[in-house]
Amino acid sequence: MPNSQPVAPVDSSLAAEAHHEHPTYLRHHFHSVAQQADTANFAMWLFLVTEVMFFGGLFTAYLVYRNWYFPAFVAGSHQLNVVWGTLNTVVLILSSFTMAMGVWCAETRRKNGLVLCLALTFILGLGFLGIKSIEYSEKIEKHHVPGIQYSLSSFLDPASDKEATAAGDKPLSLDMARHTEVYFSLYFAMTGMHALHMIVGIGVLAYMIFRARSGAYTSGHVTFVENFGLYWHFVDIIWIYLFALLYLISRH
Amino acid sequence: MSASTLVSLPDSSAVGIPEDNYISREYGLKSWLLTQDHKRIAVLYMISLVFFFLIGGIMAGLIRLELLTPQSDLMSSDTYNKVFTMHGVIMVFLFLVPSVPATLGNFLIPMMIGAKDMALPKINLLSWYLYIFGGILVLYTLVSGGVDTGWTFTTPLSTHYLNTKVMSTCMAVFIAGFSSIFTGLNFLVTIHKMRAPGMTWFRLPLFVWANYAAAVQMVLATPVVAIALVLLMLERTIGIGVFDPTKGGDPLLFQHLFWFYSHPAVYIMILPGMGVISEVISTYSRKRVFGYTAVAYSSVAIAVFGFFVWAHHMFIMGISNYAVLVFSLLTMLVAVPSAIKIFNWAFTLYKGSITFEAPMLYAFGFMGLFTIGGMTGVFLGSAGTDIHLTETYFIVAHFHFVMVGGMLMAFLAGIHFWWPKITGRMYPEKLSQMAAVVTFIGFNLTFFPQFILGMLGMPRRYASYPPEFQVLNVFSTAGATILGIGYLIPVLYLLWSLKYGEVAGDNPWQATGLEWQTQSPPLTENFIEPPIMDHEAYDYAWLDRKNRERQKGEVSNAE
Amino acid sequence: MSEHTHTVVGPRIYVTILLALLLGTALTVWASFIDLGFWNPIIALAIASTKALLVLLYFMHVKYSTNLTKLAVVGAIFMFTVLVSLTLADYISRAWGSW
Repeated sequence: MPNSQPVAPVDSSLAAEAHHEHPTYLRHHFHSVAQQADTANFAMWLFLVTEVMFFGGLFTAYLVYRNWYFPAFVAGSHQLNVVWGTLNTVVLILSSFTMAMGVWCAETRRKNGLVLCLALTFILGLGFLGIKSIEYSEKIEKHHVPGIQYSLSSFLDPASDKEATAAGDKPLSLDMARHTEVYFSLYFAMTGMHALHMIVGIGVLAYMIFRARSGAYTSGHVTFVENFGLYWHFVDIIWIYLFALLYLISRH
Repeated sequence: MSASTLVSLPDSSAVGIPEDNYISREYGLKSWLLTQDHKRIAVLYMISLVFFFLIGGIMAGLIRLELLTPQSDLMSSDTYNKVFTMHGVIMVFLFLVPSVPATLGNFLIPMMIGAKDMALPKINLLSWYLYIFGGILVLYTLVSGGVDTGWTFTTPLSTHYLNTKVMSTCMAVFIAGFSSIFTGLNFLVTIHKMRAPGMTWFRLPLFVWANYAAAVQMVLATPVVAIALVLLMLERTIGIGVFDPTKGGDPLLFQHLFWFYSHPAVYIMILPGMGVISEVISTYSRKRVFGYTAVAYSSVAIAVFGFFVWAHHMFIMGISNYAVLVFSLLTMLVAVPSAIKIFNWAFTLYKGSITFEAPMLYAFGFMGLFTIGGMTGVFLGSAGTDIHLTETYFIVAHFHFVMVGGMLMAFLAGIHFWWPKITGRMYPEKLSQMAAVVTFIGFNLTFFPQFILGMLGMPRRYASYPPEFQVLNVFSTAGATILGIGYLIPVLYLLWSLKYGEVAGDNPWQATGLEWQTQSPPLTENFIEPPIMDHEAYDYAWLDRKNRERQKGEVSNAE
Repeated sequence: MSEHTHTVVGPRIYVTILLALLLGTALTVWASFIDLGFWNPIIALAIASTKALLVLLYFMHVKYSTNLTKLAVVGAIFMFTVLVSLTLADYISRAWGSW
């Protein structure tokens, strides 16, 4: 083994390890809790980087087709309910707030506060999904789901459609009306992928609430809550963009 | 700069394989299948990779067999389409992409940086299971009828016009993609957070730099092909029509998303191989790599610039002329850092004490063949030439030169170089050198004629061809046979060496690098005490000083 | 590099950001109902990006994070921009015809 004189300064936490004072959650390949926490944090950030690129493909597709078929995108967007969309945005922003507060509770060792915040985040997440499912069922009813008896009547004849009339839409040409199916393909792909991420997040929240109640995160080891928080906030950011791009196209 | 004199060591091989090592620490299937030891995971990958390479190789054999004659007499065109698709899918996603990173990278990176393990051992194991899951789906596809889209899954063929096993293959690639993402993620976290004291960025072996650069690409590029495949699968199943022309979708959008990954993928494949070459050339010239900083920065430059050029795979597909212009220009740029590396390796060799062990022979093969492959890549990057050469055998020859003549040779160089460290055994030297030469000859005979065939106009992905192309095709198939033998021989003697090979000792090549400062095979925890890095990379003078100290220590102990 | 200086971000900051985000939401919905021509999407994206930035900096603690974290965020945004802009460059320039 190398016997050379050390020239680099030795981390004080190395000395701590030498005296075998390490908590049970410190894995053997790390020399300190700080290194382990730092590593986990960076790993989560890199995972979020992959998620940016994953959703990035969808946003690219969106931008391409919005550029090509703007009238179809306008008509499609008018079919979405701005009230539900805004409500969902508010719900998610609130859930980001409760999640951030949850992290603060974990850091300041407030067990009950943490459980409350996680529970609120959980409920708000479920609320988001509930609103989403209402919206989806409306789309299904109106035959605006691509590939499943997709109906062009709302776009060829706006007078027959409540939302289209309310938005003051003009009839589209047959060609452009067909392109609304691309808009809805992207709508379902993007919000569906987002909802999938929400479901995973809500599942993990349920697990965390259970663990938080036994004090797992309020005794100095906040890594899991902190890094989950990053994931949750990221899902919120994706929605912030989805809302602006899908719901708010030319609403005047 | 000048080579330092080699100090002979006491014969540590007389002691035998160390009793406690990562292989002997624990026995039983469960201890391997549930391991979190990066070295065991690397070995698991090695075994699975060889298995899939064999299957992909059989596909290649079938292709070359069919192409012996101008007619599609061995198999129908549809079957031929399936064979070359499976060959491509297996070789790209199940062999080349994981090859060096998952085997050598996993094994060596923690040791090279002085760490006990990867930063995320469980994610590492998950990576392997995802790879296996993807592989099983590919095998399922193989036995249940195959897929014939080509490994590029071009739409709308893959979305609307085929009823072959497109879904299972896309699923397989999607899952294998996550294996790659997690490997890359693990590398980045490990290299940033787990370096030993004194191990600054510019003291890292260039192998680490190369894998770091590839890992950056793995993390940024792979998710894009993942979403492309998800959208493809959605379009095939539930009718979400993002690429469907009847709804106004553009099939070319799939290609943009697919190639956004698949071009960086070729750098994901080659960069770790280049890392191996840096290590091998330095060791067998006993000289530090010339222009260390340039090579390190070039690795990063290749990783970054590699993201800007993807549409050079789409010049004839219908992108705008302006896009053709822009991407052609950008493609010219990306060749520069690769060339810088070749020059630096050549200058490393200059005035070095060169020896010709098998890894070095493979490295020489790499330098020549990658140069040819790379230069033909530049010919193809020029849009004017590409219009005539694309979809011909020129392309096939180009990418086989860089991937097989380049990457696979580098992989073999690396396996041979680090075999003593991984297994504690040496392989037979003369036989290994002979196999390297046979591989080189077989390779050239197989693929050089394909450049000519491409220029003469033979299209790729066709089971039949005009009879005037037969002679060159026969040469190519003959070469493939020799190449196959060249690959088989190492498998045999490497397996043989596990039981009968000479005991290697800690550092049989007298290489620098922290991994050579441990026993062979290494302990599960790699190092007894955390090492401290106090010298530059490739410091052969330091190595000689250490050996002299050790010799003096043993002499005085003996007295 | 261990986090010796682990800043604990407190409720006051979080409440401020929450209010800013809710305000931004109201603003963007209101702006979408006014005809501002080609400025509409630009404003919508600008507000969305500001909201995203606030979430990043304060909820996700990027403001208090290491340079490495900031590099990762910038890298992701950069590569996303490359994907979008080079792809769109093709699509937009198709309409320009052949030279």
